[in-house]
Order: sequence, then structure tokens, then C-alpha cells
Amino acid sequence: MCLSIPSQVVELHPEIQSVTVDTLGVKRTVSCHLMEEPLAVGDYVLIHIGFVMNKIDAASAAESLALYKEIVDKMEAADA
Amino acid sequence: MPELQLKQLYDGFRDPRTVAELASQIKQLAAKLDEPVNVMEVCGGHTHTIMKYGLLQLLPDNIEFIHGPGCPVCIMPKERIDQAAALAQIPDVILVTLGDMIRVPGSEGSLAQFRAKGCDIRPIYMPLDALKIAQENPDKTVVYFAIGFETSTPMTAVLLEQAEKLGIPNLLFHINHVLVPPAIDAVMADPDTRVNAFIGPSHVSVITGSQIYQPTVDNYHTPVVVSGFEPVDVMQSILSIVKQKVEGRCALENQYERAVSYKGNEAAQQKVNHFFTVRPSFRWRGLGPIPNSALMLKPEYRHRDAELKYGERLPVKEIDDHKACQCGDILRGKAKPQDCKVFGRGCTPQTPLGSCMVSSEGACNAYYRYAGVK
Amino acid sequence: MSTPKQIQLSHGGGGREMAELIGKLFFEAFDNQILRQEEDAACLNMTGPIAFTTDSFVVSPLFFKGGNIGKLAIAGTVNDLAMMGAAPQYLSCGFIIEEGFEIAKLKEIVETMAAELHKSGAKIVCGDTKVVPKGCADGVFINTSGVGRIIKPGISVHSVRPGDAIILSRDIGCHGAAILAAREGLELETELQSDCATLWPMVEQLIAANLELHAMRDATRGGIAAVLNEWAKAANVGIELSEEVIPVRDEVRGVCELYGFEPWDLANEGTFVIALPQEIAADAITVMHQFCNCDQARIVGTVTDTNAGKVILHSPWGSKRYLELPAGELLPRIC
Repeated sequence: MCLSIPSQVVELHPEIQSVTVDTLGVKRTVSCHLMEEPLAVGDYVLIHIGFVMNKIDAASAAESLALYKEIVDKMEAADA
Repeated sequence: MPELQLKQLYDGFRDPRTVAELASQIKQLAAKLDEPVNVMEVCGGHTHTIMKYGLLQLLPDNIEFIHGPGCPVCIMPKERIDQAAALAQIPDVILVTLGDMIRVPGSEGSLAQFRAKGCDIRPIYMPLDALKIAQENPDKTVVYFAIGFETSTPMTAVLLEQAEKLGIPNLLFHINHVLVPPAIDAVMADPDTRVNAFIGPSHVSVITGSQIYQPTVDNYHTPVVVSGFEPVDVMQSILSIVKQKVEGRCALENQYERAVSYKGNEAAQQKVNHFFTVRPSFRWRGLGPIPNSALMLKPEYRHRDAELKYGERLPVKEIDDHKACQCGDILRGKAKPQDCKVFGRGCTPQTPLGSCMVSSEGACNAYYRYAGVK
Repeated sequence: MSTPKQIQLSHGGGGREMAELIGKLFFEAFDNQILRQEEDAACLNMTGPIAFTTDSFVVSPLFFKGGNIGKLAIAGTVNDLAMMGAAPQYLSCGFIIEEGFEIAKLKEIVETMAAELHKSGAKIVCGDTKVVPKGCADGVFINTSGVGRIIKPGISVHSVRPGDAIILSRDIGCHGAAILAAREGLELETELQSDCATLWPMVEQLIAANLELHAMRDATRGGIAAVLNEWAKAANVGIELSEEVIPVRDEVRGVCELYGFEPWDLANEGTFVIALPQEIAADAITVMHQFCNCDQARIVGTVTDTNAGKVILHSPWGSKRYLELPAGELLPRIC
């Protein structure tokens, strides 16, 4: 329902319960008050109104993307 | 496997060729359907995606989208906005709220108009900014006009938690947080409803987990597929729904596995449960009162509740939309925006008469801007 | 008595302090013969048709990546003249300064303005300074008006016609996104710079190439969405754009993703669009590509006789939609 943007953690600030994230070259500091598990630099996260909502499971995302690639490759092979 | 780049998280799920291929798979499979599939995407974010990427134009005729009541700005009844305006008019009150809320008209005008009249109304980008404003203005009372579905409620909870922890007494709350499952029930309670499948909201589900839709599947025997927000996500979810229908199944599925688990973000849920309790009833713009469909502060946080503190000053008169407005029917899937007599005439994004025209996620607003191009 | 470091109300009082400020700061930076006459009005020798424009600048923050309010105030007015095929010649400049504003900052703004003037050769020939009490302005407001001789007559929104190509000079939204990023409360960190630039050098070359330019406009507030809608309405034509070919850089996309904006609604300050006959579009692009500010210049759309008054955006997903005139405050979308 609400706008939430995939971003990557680039800096940790545990003393203020926040992290700096990068969204396509735009960096900002957001709160991780809603995160129980610790975050690491390089993690992909979803941000909503200044908070990390959740980690994005990179393996699952990669799996989906691989599936899509397969679909498209098949389509292009069929078209060729 | 090469390392995943952030850009792929955007572009990969927006790839036009993947969308086209999924569309053709849907078309093939949909030919086997016995009856039309009327999918409600509950969430305004999905409505936005469907219109922006033109997904409507890619689907066969026997699949229809019904745009649900999942935009927190759209479903806010006018009297709640009037209350915000009343709060802003109290001397020494600073009203803060998230940007979208500022231009939605109440019965006496929008918050932007009240700001122009001299009220101290500040749009913020993040709820925690309210904390800073309260700290910087110790002689004023800052009221956070809190809006949003399950997605945004935990952020309000953290704001309240921090205000308590840091001992900031001058931050109060006007709570308008609403819940998705009761809204689904309200749609399905209509015996004439045509909805026979759901796309589950993306980011509500990140917080709540996909578990909250199991009752929908069980009670109404409809497929529910929790879907991501990108066009590829939505198309894949539609394909899953059509598959279920063709196979005569109805199940809860999760297409958005990269971000949504069955149980969701439990830390966030705990914070919400700590501060909030269910409100016996909340009036939804377009749908009317729905029992147990919203939240309010628990009694032990009544000292933070602007509705209680300023109760006498807040207007309670319920204000309905224009008589000709058909938002209720549109939200239940019984009418299309174009069926409404005032659509595009009296009712436009600049002068919305009904809830569905209010924000860019409302069905009428989206149709007004995206549909009808010849 | 030591010289104050901040602007005092007396700096606008018309007396000694004001004379000093004007003499030391403005005259030194903007020095030219006409200004030096110190008459009540500048006397100009001009013949033939001239273009005349005015603009006020109230940007917040005053300093941002890629420029400051002074650069905007010069480039903005010079560009308005250039877009009409006029060589920018003479500018006026009015300052409204808030009491307490740091003189060092004012100096930086004024020096930026002087540097920007050199890019077009325009001169500031008259000016005015007012100081208002603290709280009555946001640092400094600047108004500039300008006149220039029209070298290429007939460039007009009314000349846009079906069959024209729409050329865009570069990637869009940098100014709007850079300002948003610098805005208090957002605290975004980015390398993104405003596109703020004087466009006369490119326009001069386009005119020199003797190309049939139908219309030109810099896509400032409201972005390319506003300009193209204005053209579609004024000329009663349809404009069809291809989303795929409109360049948007990653950081601008990032800001848009974060706040739910659309890049075509974001302001630019050194980006312009041209409508001209399809068959000479390639020639115009060749001229533009000589400038690093325009090395991405390309055709992004065409003018049609269908859907008069409307701009239609074709998406890479095969869908199309109206590109509306941006309305309302640019507020972040949360949902």
C-alpha cells in the first residue's frame, strides 16, 4: 500500500539505531527500530517513511530474476 | 551466481519483455477459464502499478481488475480531516502529517488551505521528524495526524515509544491507522460482490506476514496471492491466480517471497500491539462504518491522545460524499469509474468529490489520468 | 568602527552604508560603462525587435550542488531571452535582502552572477537593493529583467505544428532533484548537481546554422510536462513522447522512487526542448552535440494532429497515458 523502496545498506550507526542506505546514488540515514536482527553493510532492505521495514532476501530475488530470464530466453528462442 | 546489483531489484522486476511474456502465458491459460476472474487488488500501490504500466491493456477480457479500498488517504472520511483542521486552529498547536494528506479536502477545505490561512501545519517525510519538531518547540503542542494501513502503523508506534523514552511531553497523536482484513470483509459482505480473487498488498504483508489472508481464502474460497509492487510481480501473481482458477483451487500464495514471510516482521507487530488496540468502529470514506477496522491508542497512553485531550473542540458531524458519487460501488467492484455521472466532469483530481479521485492511488484518479487515451 | 559582517537595515537606507555596499560589491562585480553612469535609468541604444522578460528567484536553499540563487537569476533570465531567439544584452537586477544575511554569502552570490554573465555577454545595467527586517524574507530574493535583440524572429509556441520533432537537450530533473535533496528535513546525500546553465551559446549556434526553429523553451518549473502541455494547448496539437528515450539519471530516478515523483514534473534550469521539422532534427542535434551540456540531445517525441491539446507518453510496456500538467505542491507520495 505504501511506497517502499529497495535500498542497500552502506553504513551502520548502531549507537543511534540507524543505518545509511543508498537508493540509486541517493544516500540517507534511516531508523532500524523495527529490525530485530542486526543489519550488515551490503544488505538489501525495504525503506518506508524513514524506517527499515525488512531485509530483502537477495537469494530469493535472484531466483525470481533467473526464472524471468529463462522465460524471456525461451520466448526469444521461439521467436528466432 | 554473480552478485545481485541494487539496480536489478528495480529493472529486473520491470523488464518489458518479461511482462510481455507473462501476458502471453496468462492469455493462453485464461482461455481455459469457465468464468471470468475479477481480481481485487486491495492496495492503492497496486492500482498505481496496474495503471502506470498499462497492465490492464495486456490482459484478456475475462480477467478484470477491481480496485479496492487500500489507499489510506482515499478512505479517510471528511470528518477526520475536519478534526485535523480543528486541531491546527488551536493556538500553539503545530499539526504535522505525511505529505499526501495535505491536499485532501475536508468539508471546510484542505490542510493546505488552512495552512494558507495561518495555521501551523507541516508536511513531514518521516514520522520521527515530529519528534524533532516537538523538541524544538517546547512551548507548543505538536500533534501527529497519523495515517496509513499496517505498513505505517509500526512507525507511529516507534515515534510514541521514543517520545515516552525521551520524556517529550508535548507530542500528541490523532490516530487514523486502519486495517486491511476488515476492509476485505466489508467488500465480501456484499452478496452481489463480483470479486473472486485477491492480490494481497505488498508492504502491509511485509509487516503482518501473509498469514493475515488465510481467513479470506477459507471464508470466501477465493485465491489470494501476495504480490510485489513491480509490473512483473503483478503479472506473475495474476498468472498464479489464473492457474488456481483453472485447476479449481483456492489457496494463499506468496509471490513476493523476497520481502514477505508467513509471519512478517514480528518486532514491528509487537510494537503495534504494545501501543494500540482495535477501535470498535471506523467510518471509511466510500464504504461507511466497518467494525474493528481501525486502531486507537491503548488507555495507558491516553495522555498522548489528541482526540481525548481536545475532544470537545473536534467536530464529529459525519460528512458524506456528494450524492452522485459512486465510490462505494466502485470500491466494491459494482461500478467502474466511467459509470459514475460526475467522473471527469464535477469530479477531477483537482476537485475530487469522492474518495477514489483523491490521491494518485484511487481508482478514479488513476483512470482519469491513465485511461481513455485514444 | 569595524565593518559589519552581516547585512544591516541601514544597507538599504539609501545613505552611506548603501552606497558603500553598492560601490564595493555590485559595481565591482558587474562593472560596465552603462552601470557606471549611475543615472536614474540606464540609457540603451537598441534597434529592431527586442525580447523583454522578467523573473524572480526565491529558491531555498540558496546554495545547492551545481549553483546558487545568483547563477539561477542570471541563467534564468538569459535563457528566457535565448529561447525567443534573442541575444541577451541588458539585465536589471533587484535584490531583497533579509537583515542579518552574511555579507560573505552575498559576495559569493554576486560573484557567481558576474561569472555567469560572461557566458552570454549580457550586462547588468541597472539595479536596486532593499533590506527587509529579519523574518520578512528567506535570506535573499533576486529579481532580474532582461532585454535582447531578436536575431531569429518567429520562434513561438504558436509555430509548433504536426510533423515536428521534439528535441530534448539533455537528461531531465536534475535541478528539481538536487534542490529536494538539499532541502532541510530530507537530509539526502548525493553527488547530483543542478543542471543550471546559460543556454545562449548553444542557441547562438543553432541560429547560426540557419535551422528552421519553430519553438524553444527551457523546461523550468513544472518540468518538460509543463512545457509540452503548454505547447500542445497553445498550438492546438498533440504531442507524443516515448518514455524509453527520455534520459533520466540514476540519482534523479532514486529521488523519484523515494518520494513518488515523476521526472517529467521536476524542474530544470539548463535543459530545453525544441520543436522543429523532422527532416532537420538531425542537423540540430549535430550542432547541440558539440556542447557537453547537450551531448545527450535527442528526439524524444513528435507533434501530431490527433489528440489536440494533449501530451501522450508511450511506455516501454506498450501502454500509453496522458502526461498531465503538474498540479499542486510537489509533495512526497507515501502511499
